[in-house]
Amino acid sequence: MANEEKPKIKLAVYWGAACGGCCVSVLDVHESLFTVVEHADLVFWPIALDFKYADVEAMPDGHIDVTLFNGAVRNSENEHMAKLLRQKTKVLVAYGSCAHMGGIPGLANFTTKEEIFNRAYVTSESTVNPDKVFPRPEYEVPEGKLEIPVFYNDVRSLGQVVNVDYYLPGCPPQTERLVEVFMAIVTGAELPPPGSVVGALEKTQCDECKRKKSDNKKIKQFYRPWQIEDDGETCFLEQGVICMGPATRGGCGVRCIEGNAPCRGCYGPPVNAPDPGSKMMSAIATMIDSDDPGEIQKIVGTIDDPAGIFYRFSLPGSILRRKMT
Amino acid sequence: MSETFEPKIVAFLCNWCSYTGADLAGTSRMKYAHNVRVIRVMCSGRVEPTFVIKALREGADGVLICGCHPGDCHYHEGNYKCLRRYHLLQKYLEQMGIPADRLRLEWVSASEGKQFADIVNDMTEQVRELGPAGIKPVMDRLAV
Repeated sequence: MANEEKPKIKLAVYWGAACGGCCVSVLDVHESLFTVVEHADLVFWPIALDFKYADVEAMPDGHIDVTLFNGAVRNSENEHMAKLLRQKTKVLVAYGSCAHMGGIPGLANFTTKEEIFNRAYVTSESTVNPDKVFPRPEYEVPEGKLEIPVFYNDVRSLGQVVNVDYYLPGCPPQTERLVEVFMAIVTGAELPPPGSVVGALEKTQCDECKRKKSDNKKIKQFYRPWQIEDDGETCFLEQGVICMGPATRGGCGVRCIEGNAPCRGCYGPPVNAPDPGSKMMSAIATMIDSDDPGEIQKIVGTIDDPAGIFYRFSLPGSILRRKMT
Repeated sequence: MSETFEPKIVAFLCNWCSYTGADLAGTSRMKYAHNVRVIRVMCSGRVEPTFVIKALREGADGVLICGCHPGDCHYHEGNYKCLRRYHLLQKYLEQMGIPADRLRLEWVSASEGKQFADIVNDMTEQVRELGPAGIKPVMDRLAV
């Protein structure tokens, strides 16, 4: 071991309601993993290491130095682990879009638990459930009581359940940003105030985007990306394709746009705009090229699903965090 | 809903036409529904979607935006920007399960005190019929 004298930091990675991509993005450090392991002991990481919840429960409070919590809070297990890890961790990082603002699982806030259960266990084409059996959190069997987590009606971001020290956005966060943040913690560099977004810029995607932009954007019709032939160099919005760039933090290296796909907004809103969707509505509506109410409505009609597009990664963390029912 | 329900309506009025129009209604001693809470802004184009969404989230039952008539904007086209945002916002609100009628955009000039009073009375009745928006309790609850 290279650094015998310097105590290693204790690192945990956990997933709530997540796809697993964030955990994999941690593995994407590739050979830097050796640097990570040189400086850190991984004490809990369900996707890669066989530690149990009981092992975490047995740790003294504040035992873990840094926890990267990815995923949203969708059920009682996610909530229990969020609270437990908060108690056991010095620096809790909301890692990725889902922990940051709810992410893709947060889109479930457009519906309800009842509708989801009905779809999943009754009406879906491959389901045969004539007795309408639904999952129950507790079930008595001869051998004893079986328990599964309680499915909640609302999806929440990590910050809506526990205090979060830092937010590291992205779907998933760019691995280079993670390494930067990790090294800052390890080397004892000065950290920003708790509650800050780290590993991202303060300015928007547009600030980093190299596509050609004019000051006077005019849109007569909105297109889905497949409906136009992108010229590869003009601003997507000027071509009528919705790009979340104006309402999204930079820091990812404009990877989607460099790959000729419009920004979808996974890095969350910039500093001065806590609600990305309303910021985007404000920006995009003014580009509509008409003064006539009828024509404006027609052009607005060409935006399929504005709520879903503008709040794709941020519904639970937004001002209106769920659909009214 | 119940007879005691008094809608809360937040009204954003532009400084140059609509606020002056509302002022005229007042100085002319016109009576109109007390349900409206007026916020003066420099231009209807200053009304960001965030203002509307936040007002509803914090307990407003309706939001009224008033600006200069088309072609009369003090800043040339602020009211057109507002008009475009208004139609997009209505579509968004419908998707969020909030009736689009809770948001209304009207043009009121500085001389239209009577029209302002009529709009407020009309909207108050319309929102009264819709009932309480009930958005704040749902957003506050963080239901599990």
